[in-house]
Amino acid sequence: MNAYRIVGTPQPQIDARDKVTGRARYTDDIRLPNCLHAAILRSPHASARIRAIDTARAAALPGVKAVLTGTDFERTFGVLPISKDEPALARERVRYVGEPVAAVAAETAALAAAALALITVDYAPTPPVLDARQALKPTDDPLHPELQRDNNLHKQVEQRFGDPEAGFAQASIVIEKRFTFPSVTHAFSEPHAVQVEIDGRGNLTVYSATQVPHYVHLALAEVLGIDEHRVRVIKPHLGGGFGGKSDPFPHEMIAAKLALVTGRNVRLRFSREDVFFSHHGRHPTQLTMKLGFHPAHGITALTGDFLIDGGAYGSFGVVTTYYNGVLLQGPYPVPNFAFRCRRMYTNKPMCGAMRGHGGVNPRFASEVLMDMAMVQSGLDPCQARIDLIHRENTLTINEFRITSVGLRRGLEEAMRRSGWREKYGKLPYGKGIGVACGFFISGSALPIHRNQQPASTVRLTVEFDGAVTVYSGAADIGQGSDTVLAMMAAEVLGVELGQVKVVAADTRLTPVDLGSYSSRVTFMAGNAARNAAIRMRRLLVAAACRLLALPEPVYPSPTAPADGFHQGGRAPDFDAEFLGANPDYRDGFAFADGRIRHLDSGKETGFLAAVHAAIEGPGILQTVGNYRPPKLGGSFKGAGAGLSPTYSFTAFIVEVSVDPDTGFVKVDKATCAHDCGFALNPLAVRGQIEGCFHMGMGQALMEEVLHFDGAVQNAGLLEYKIPSPFEQPEIDIVPSSSDESEGPFGAKEAGEGPLAPVIPAIANAIFDAVGVRLFELPLRPDRVLAAMRRAASR
Amino acid sequence: MDSEIKRTLRDGGAVRLLSLEVNGQRQQRAVMPDITLLDFLREELGLTGSKRGCDLGECGCCAVLVDGRPMLACLLPAADLEHSAITTIEGIAEGTTLHPLQQAMIDEGAVQCGYCTPAMVINGVHLFAGELRPDAEAIRTCISATSCRCTGYNRIVQAFERTAERLAEDRP
Ligand code: FES
Ligand code: FES
Repeated sequence: MNAYRIVGTPQPQIDARDKVTGRARYTDDIRLPNCLHAAILRSPHASARIRAIDTARAAALPGVKAVLTGTDFERTFGVLPISKDEPALARERVRYVGEPVAAVAAETAALAAAALALITVDYAPTPPVLDARQALKPTDDPLHPELQRDNNLHKQVEQRFGDPEAGFAQASIVIEKRFTFPSVTHAFSEPHAVQVEIDGRGNLTVYSATQVPHYVHLALAEVLGIDEHRVRVIKPHLGGGFGGKSDPFPHEMIAAKLALVTGRNVRLRFSREDVFFSHHGRHPTQLTMKLGFHPAHGITALTGDFLIDGGAYGSFGVVTTYYNGVLLQGPYPVPNFAFRCRRMYTNKPMCGAMRGHGGVNPRFASEVLMDMAMVQSGLDPCQARIDLIHRENTLTINEFRITSVGLRRGLEEAMRRSGWREKYGKLPYGKGIGVACGFFISGSALPIHRNQQPASTVRLTVEFDGAVTVYSGAADIGQGSDTVLAMMAAEVLGVELGQVKVVAADTRLTPVDLGSYSSRVTFMAGNAARNAAIRMRRLLVAAACRLLALPEPVYPSPTAPADGFHQGGRAPDFDAEFLGANPDYRDGFAFADGRIRHLDSGKETGFLAAVHAAIEGPGILQTVGNYRPPKLGGSFKGAGAGLSPTYSFTAFIVEVSVDPDTGFVKVDKATCAHDCGFALNPLAVRGQIEGCFHMGMGQALMEEVLHFDGAVQNAGLLEYKIPSPFEQPEIDIVPSSSDESEGPFGAKEAGEGPLAPVIPAIANAIFDAVGVRLFELPLRPDRVLAAMRRAASR
Repeated sequence: MDSEIKRTLRDGGAVRLLSLEVNGQRQQRAVMPDITLLDFLREELGLTGSKRGCDLGECGCCAVLVDGRPMLACLLPAADLEHSAITTIEGIAEGTTLHPLQQAMIDEGAVQCGYCTPAMVINGVHLFAGELRPDAEAIRTCISATSCRCTGYNRIVQAFERTAERLAEDRP
């Protein structure tokens, strides 16, 4: 039962009408006056020294206004302060095919392209490092000599909890397998683009297709060597991100620099090939995982050794290195746990964050091993998983705080609705059903840049005309975050959704928000928006009380719950002190239909009358809400990785057909239980789950970035094939909610968690169908067929 | 390479006069001989609703109606379209009344980032103009002309099916 008017009801995106009529403006749709066109010259070599660059002929071409090379930029950058290793334009050496080497700005796009052809670069090619194993070998010429290593290791993480050896000794089954994963990429529809507007005072307004306007703002100022206040970053409509637009990028630095040097507006957009060069996709991974399992105790120990291929630069790689291990701490307790993960530099486009960041490949391995162990133990793999899922309000061995868990009930329901018991092990040869679970963070508890600011802040105004405006730095990347923020404000203030305007992702107008990654927006910006709206409600109630000659309500002061589990050790927090987390805003008044009514006396006044009364003193009605995660986690090195105020949980049950003659796998049906707490916008949650399934199925069955001598071989959407509407099955989504006491209205994330379990669920269904296990992705027909033949000949 | 550039720059002068109809409006423009319809629409006319996802005929995001048939604007030389009638996404709604498919795309949650949406609508408008009640296969074939990475297509299929039902009711 939904107790609310707007949240919890399915709502189309507030800008959906703009999107279906072509009115929505994406970055490259903006038309700046007197604008130059920029183009980037990219490296044809995976690894080479740059001996010389001759730009004279290009610069002399009439209409060319500026030419840049690596020496025009002094500083390197990177999204993580610990690996700022990427130049805007290559200096001295190139590290991957497609790396930006020079750039021009000219009066037309054709002239800019012509000018690129006039630049000559004298390269001395050097032997490239093409995969992670090769990168482990000693070398006196590593990609990043500044690390002072004798090989191409970027980051190594090792953690150990409990006693894995003792855990394996308690197990009745111990399985160890090697798994191999190629790289996959985001393949969002809108190529990267940027436009820079410069004013007479040298201020830059940078319109960019980015998930992280605030980080881009800071990186631009640093790389260009200008004051931060001279930069403003605006994210227009964005055509999909999935993590692939969550770093500051060279092309943003280049376009801004060109604007500074020429004093003109600059426009730059990527070709589809450029998007593949830019990549930042999932790391190619080789891993060995060992599982100890006992039917009576569940997992007794889990260890993993991960080798991930990061490509040429750091990006989010340090985080990925941790996530490969720590995201195995759910959805089941792992009492004894150890892992080592090594991220290597290679001469390929860099890898970074992609939906399900770092947790996807290890999840495939662990869920396949779990399935093997359960089958060997004679357990039903679905029921056995239900029995193992984390209990509510527990701590994992690495001190993640598990709060709400709705998955146990959800998976029971999925089991029933999918007809699991009638199907599992009972379908004819070639048909199978499989299950897998996962969990994911709902925003990282620690910011990338360590500071004492809130993780998210929202400013909210109500104007003389009753318009409610939510100012949020969060970036709507297509997932509908603007809509969900508007829904929460409308709910609290009792106004219609249309009365709420959203100003978002503009670093001059909106408060700092770290961006749209790690599934943080709904939870963190959502809490901030809700709190800002509650403060506004209190201002309006106070005004209504004055108008109606009523005493102001007394608000309860927030107190920590008696168990101390929630908000335990919370940092001094503006909102926690004032409101508490996810505060109840019942105040004895009803806000509805443009009226504010006192429930006890029945006295009422108009919403607008209260607005006018409240505005009288200050002349403006404005409130602020913020969100700050509680202090969480252990004190060991790396304890912050994977820490989140709360976690989502997902299970997929998948039915497949495997063609015994070709090995071709078709997914016939999927049933999903996803615990996103309270589904604020069920329509958006459904969209996220279906989108996750599409992307997971793509990685499971067909997607793979291919390289030859370091060059991407399938840098186009015909060659890099993603699932079509013919491959996407019907997805039955069963209720699996929980009440997350720290989430806004009880909500948790839905955008990433559902991806990871899709892949092992498909693999486990293939096992049920034809009795073979595969340990390398994608599960291509030739691999399935070869495994079937091997099995038949045994 | 240099000769190619010289050719490009020289040909830059060889403009042609093009006359066609866009969204019911007659347009006369001097264009470069090699300009694509997509560039003509987006850069010359400022109609940015047609999206550029690849410029290679791979993603389908640039679809427009040329004399009623969906075509990929990024592959068509504008100069070949003398006297054609083009309909872009900006020309689909009649005044403030959306095409039933546009409304269904909104209501069914078929719109996420929206980058594929204009082309989905263009192809769908063509489908529904021809077939009274397209079957599941025809709907999926129509949708598969455009790459969508956000939705998994389920909601889009749903929007098309709703539209088919509605139109069938309206056209006894
Ligand atoms: S832009 Fe991709 S097909 Fe035309
Ligand atoms: S809605 Fe984003 S590509 Fe289709």
